[in-house]
Amino acid sequence: MMADMAGTSGAAVVIVGGGVTGLSAGWWLARAGVDVLVLEKGIVGWEASGRNGGGATHVYSPFGLEEQRLWPQMDELLGYPTEYQRDRIGVALSEAQLALARRWAEIGETRGFRWELLDRRQLKELVPNVGDNAIGGTYLHFGGHANPQRTVQAYAWALQDLGGRIQQFTTVTGLSQRGGRVTAVETSRGTFGTDVVVIAAGPQTGAFADMLGVWLPLAPARVEMIATEPIPLMRVGGVAGNGLYGRQTLRGNLVYGGGPHEWINVPDMATPDHANTPLVRNLARRLAELLPGAAHVRLIRSWSGLVENTPDGLPVIERLARPDNVVIATMSSVGFGLSPAVGRAISELVRCGRCEFADLGALALSRFTDTPRDWRERVGWAAVPSAVEAAAGGDA
Amino acid sequence: MRETDPRSIAGKIPAPDRHVPLVVVGAGVAGVAAAIEAARAGVEVVLIDEHPVDNDMMAMDVPLCFGQRMDGSVRNRALMLERVVESNPELASAHEAGVDVQLGTYVWGAFVNGPAVQELPAPMLGLADDRRSWLLGYDRLVVAAGARDVLLGFPGWERAGTLGAAGAAALLTRYRALAARRLLVLGSGALGLHTAALALDRGVEVAGIVEVDARVRGNAATAKTLAGRGVPFFPSHTIRAARGRTGEIESVVLVAVNRDGTPVEGSEREIACDAVCWAVGLVPSVELLHLVGARIRFVGALGGWVPDVDARMRTSVPTVFAAGDCAGFHQGMLTEPDVALAQGRLAGLAAAESLGARVPAETRRAVAATPFATAEVHGHWRAWLDSLIAAGGWEVNICQCEEVTRRELVATEPPRYLKWQSPQMSARSVTTLLRDGPLNQDQIKRLTRAGMGPCQSRRCREQVGLLLARAADTTLDRIPLPTFRPPIRPLPLKVLWPADEPAAMREEWVSWFGIPTQFSPHWTAGMAIDEPTAHARLILSDE
Ligand SMILES: Cc1cc2nc3c(=O)[nH]c(=O)nc-3n(C[C@H](O)[C@H](O)[C@H](O)COP(=O)(O)OP(=O)(O)OC[C@H]3O[C@@H](n4cnc5c(N)ncnc54)[C@H](O)[C@@H]3O)c2cc1C
Ligand SMILES: Cc1cc2nc3c(=O)[nH]c(=O)nc-3n(C[C@H](O)[C@H](O)[C@H](O)COP(=O)(O)OP(=O)(O)OC[C@H]3O[C@@H](n4cnc5c(N)ncnc54)[C@H](O)[C@@H]3O)c2cc1C
Repeated sequence: MMADMAGTSGAAVVIVGGGVTGLSAGWWLARAGVDVLVLEKGIVGWEASGRNGGGATHVYSPFGLEEQRLWPQMDELLGYPTEYQRDRIGVALSEAQLALARRWAEIGETRGFRWELLDRRQLKELVPNVGDNAIGGTYLHFGGHANPQRTVQAYAWALQDLGGRIQQFTTVTGLSQRGGRVTAVETSRGTFGTDVVVIAAGPQTGAFADMLGVWLPLAPARVEMIATEPIPLMRVGGVAGNGLYGRQTLRGNLVYGGGPHEWINVPDMATPDHANTPLVRNLARRLAELLPGAAHVRLIRSWSGLVENTPDGLPVIERLARPDNVVIATMSSVGFGLSPAVGRAISELVRCGRCEFADLGALALSRFTDTPRDWRERVGWAAVPSAVEAAAGGDA
Repeated sequence: MRETDPRSIAGKIPAPDRHVPLVVVGAGVAGVAAAIEAARAGVEVVLIDEHPVDNDMMAMDVPLCFGQRMDGSVRNRALMLERVVESNPELASAHEAGVDVQLGTYVWGAFVNGPAVQELPAPMLGLADDRRSWLLGYDRLVVAAGARDVLLGFPGWERAGTLGAAGAAALLTRYRALAARRLLVLGSGALGLHTAALALDRGVEVAGIVEVDARVRGNAATAKTLAGRGVPFFPSHTIRAARGRTGEIESVVLVAVNRDGTPVEGSEREIACDAVCWAVGLVPSVELLHLVGARIRFVGALGGWVPDVDARMRTSVPTVFAAGDCAGFHQGMLTEPDVALAQGRLAGLAAAESLGARVPAETRRAVAATPFATAEVHGHWRAWLDSLIAAGGWEVNICQCEEVTRRELVATEPPRYLKWQSPQMSARSVTTLLRDGPLNQDQIKRLTRAGMGPCQSRRCREQVGLLLARAADTTLDRIPLPTFRPPIRPLPLKVLWPADEPAAMREEWVSWFGIPTQFSPHWTAGMAIDEPTAHARLILSDE
């Protein structure tokens, strides 16, 4: 099946981007015996995939059931630990928060999962650090969370164990096309011939779509998280609420994010430096409100990560019609939890052109055909032009 | 028309609580000199220093390695403030020059606009004392943050009594609160000799000075004076272990080393002491410089990662200056305090001038950098590490907070609490990672947790780097600088949180973007999980 390979460094399938999406896809392909090569411009999982909240509770998604089915098996399937933990507790400090938590629970219920409504007393029994400001909560006997950094490395190592290859510090700069197909990817380290390309480049996915003449509206944004020193393990680590997502790690750290995002531009293949803002203080406050019993705990780290959103906030996962040997996958900022399932879907798209276990209709690119090019400005998702861009006279 | 996303950060970061033309961080020799020069040139200056540091923080070896050897007096904040002020007469001069001196104040963050942050109304610092935090805006920043301790592990170093030279010096001078009677010094350069002399001067017995090299490093005359005062020297020795019946160090076992760093069996000797002080070197404190985006590079002769500065101490960020030990530390500077002083004055004047202050030509001429000789230092650290491994083995914690041993680090083992074992995992190590590219300390930290604890890797950063360099058969400069993230001091949530928030911050807060359709069940297309907002008008087609 090796058509037109440039040298020996190519592969049957070349994946652009070593985040969870690309790595999981590569792992599933390698499991199916496909010769696969992942090209990553930095270190695997250095971007969103290693910086997220680790949440794996997306039962609303077409991949939701597969997400819930796969996670409990991932450690064993991969051979490396992901720190996956099941169940989630939603803490509500107001009626509005409780209504939102219930909505999540009820969506799960419609898919056959079990949950309980907790009153304040029950909630405090389960999570002693919540305070009298809590009015109640939900206990989901589904969903869960894992350690993103461990998971990324687990995918990468498992993929290599199956004979797949990963080449780090290799930036993909272009796609060579001939006869309506992509025949090779051009990189900072030479050209790699291929039969099929999977583009899973996070915020840069849009730039690749552009190269292929495909319109993929994406708006990159920066979001922040904080982590505390470890505290004794709570019975359920998946405690969130008060506008925060996150978890207690198995080490005991409280790791949470939420709040306002910043729309930015990612003008080229280089991902801009991840900085934090004084928002870390507001996150600290939200966390202390969520768990007043932990208000004295020390914050020891913060970080930010970049995610990309489509206009409706839903992923795009599609095998293009033309060129017909390209699969595009962008998770629209909710891709960690879904990654085991999404990788499987991509693998099926690569191997047989369609996904057997989930209906990808809602994620098709065609839904954006009429989206105007200036959609970011229209919905208020445009970045403030940076000083550099402003100086260059651009009014992007 | 340009819309604004109400859930975005646009407009929500308030202006800092106060804004001043010049902030100087660090009230050591360099920072005080910078502040005084700028104030004399007519600039409004705030000078910030964290000392006296809260007792709980000291117990965590933050910001220096105090090794639990603070006496009870450090709990008395008022007394400590008095001592810190007394120990630094220049602070009074700064005050007289009109500098607003703020002691007991941590700078835990620096926030500037950049490629992915455009919404800050001004560059600002995150400040805190032990009760609350606030933000201070600046036009110019002089970072004079000094240098940090470098520690290396040996069996038993978790016991109370393992200090760093800077921590020991602070306890001996600024705090006058060292709770140790017999101190053993590891490392014999100017730093080790100085530490020993300081201890003797302050009535602390010195149990010895240990040096892995065959000869005593540093000034021979100083060494001779120390020997005359009864200090034993142990060249060609390393430390095998620290002992104690409780959690305290009561003695250490030294062992002679061969030229190749391996121990001479049978040469062990046990030495009574209640404190062991690492004095092989200090590293420039570049945390804040890193956060403001100043270009930082590795200079082996200046302690490691240092900011690029021009002749007037300006970093690659035109509004930020660096002076003193944080701009590059060499042991020679201990005997030449003029180096830090001159750098501070230069930076203060340059910052003032860049703010439009007029500096008389003769002042400008009078302030010149003091030249000093330097030499690469990390080969010596490496010799120490090799001797420690040979004498103490691999089952020694390298990261105390997270309990990661040297062996676990190079085997990239997952943390023990995961109780994870698999043949695949056992086959992985730093060596297999090397096949994927150069080693990166941040990546290995994520896997092993070495450096992830509450001391914010103050006790292990350098030794993790050295060990990785050793495993990769390379030198420390080839291991990229591990990142620093705010807060660069571990502060409680209830200290960091803002007492009040802009209404929009509270009202428009969502856990994730607030895109109404993002979490809608796919089988009920369009039903929103999130509370619908005025912003729910998502344009999918041209209206
Ligand atoms: C703070 C934060 C919290 C989050 N919380 C959650 C959560 O709790 N649950 C959840 O499910 N999701 C969460 N997410 C979202 C989730 O992390 C992402 O959706 C997911 O990681 C996307 O993975 P990816 O592989 O598609 O993209 P990425 O992780 O962005 O990976 C893309 C990779 O492609 C590489 N690349 C880009 N261009 C090139 C090129 N030209 N050549 C070579 N390589 C290239 C990049 O370096 C990058 O490593 C969160 C994200 C963030 C930032
Ligand atoms: C063993 C030993 C002996 C010494 N002997 C002498 C001597 O004999 N004579 C002499 O003049 N000097 C001596 N020194 C000091 C030494 O010379 C210093 O190198 C010199 O003072 C350089 O000063 P500096 O201003 O660069 O840094 P420092 O004096 O270290 O001052 C930096 C200050 O900044 C503060 N700081 C850093 N970061 C932050 C932050 N984020 N928030 C708030 N505050 C912060 C630090 O706590 C510190 O107080 C000795 C030091 C040691 C370790």
